[in-house]
Amino acid sequence: MKAPEPVQVIKTRRDALLSQLTSAVPYIGFLGIEFDRRGDELTAVLPFKPTLVGNPALQALHGGATASFLEVAAVIELTWATLWADLETGKIDPETNVTPRIPKTIDFTVDYLRSGLPRDAYARARINRSGRRYASVHVEAWQDNRTRLFAQATGHFLMPTIQDT
Amino acid sequence: MAAPDRTKAARQFIEAIPFSQALSMKLDEIGEGQATISMPYDAELVGDPASGVIHGGAVSALMDTCGGAAVMSHPDMPVATATIDLRIDYMRAAKPGQSIRAEAACYHVTRSVAFVRATAFDEDADNPVATATGAFTFQRSSNGGTS
Repeated sequence: MKAPEPVQVIKTRRDALLSQLTSAVPYIGFLGIEFDRRGDELTAVLPFKPTLVGNPALQALHGGATASFLEVAAVIELTWATLWADLETGKIDPETNVTPRIPKTIDFTVDYLRSGLPRDAYARARINRSGRRYASVHVEAWQDNRTRLFAQATGHFLMPTIQDT
Repeated sequence: MAAPDRTKAARQFIEAIPFSQALSMKLDEIGEGQATISMPYDAELVGDPASGVIHGGAVSALMDTCGGAAVMSHPDMPVATATIDLRIDYMRAAKPGQSIRAEAACYHVTRSVAFVRATAFDEDADNPVATATGAFTFQRSSNGGTS
């Protein structure tokens, strides 16, 4: 039997693919969003910065910044889930630079539960259904307490097809 | 049309919102529960590197700002507003390089809620890029009557 790959080799390969994906999208850099990976689970992190404010008196996050953060988290989760499968089966190699195929948003509904504080925000997306053509994704975002969500969203996405590339 | 000084005040207010400023939003028109805001194309806002199309989140931010502006310009004059929910339907990808213009109308208000519809266009004014519907809080001044 072949010896298992050293853990650091696996981690480096997965992290390289994730950073290749996120650094390819300019809007992620514009907002300053980072991704924390644990196995295949991603947590999107939006470090607070003054340019994200929508209400200067309260220093509250702009609804549009929150919506953008949730949509980025949903789109990256979907793209990552596809890439992960291909990476694990050896179909893709993070050494070869390819532009990721990003799903297209069909609709996106944001539910604002409480105002976004001037703190870092976190989001995790869950793919509720992913077919060949369409996917439905739910995202939850919180700040200090995981159980006190400040926003959540549901979106539908059109998956890229082989012909689209 | 709102009085010119009120439009000017609204423009200064909206263009001073840090996130709207970061996206270079410009207020084109405002008054009587309606607002039009434009956002220029910027390579930093791209969401799909393969096509150069602006990220949906930036379009959401424009719709949200425009919806809030429409609410604030309602004749019942609210003192503040916040988004309760916003749904965006993306009809097509905005053309890379073209600015996006959103038009929002606050079509109904209750004592505490404002209902808004918005549409976004690129330079092709006949084919919307996206449409949105939203509910916003409608905070009336404490001494103001409830019509």
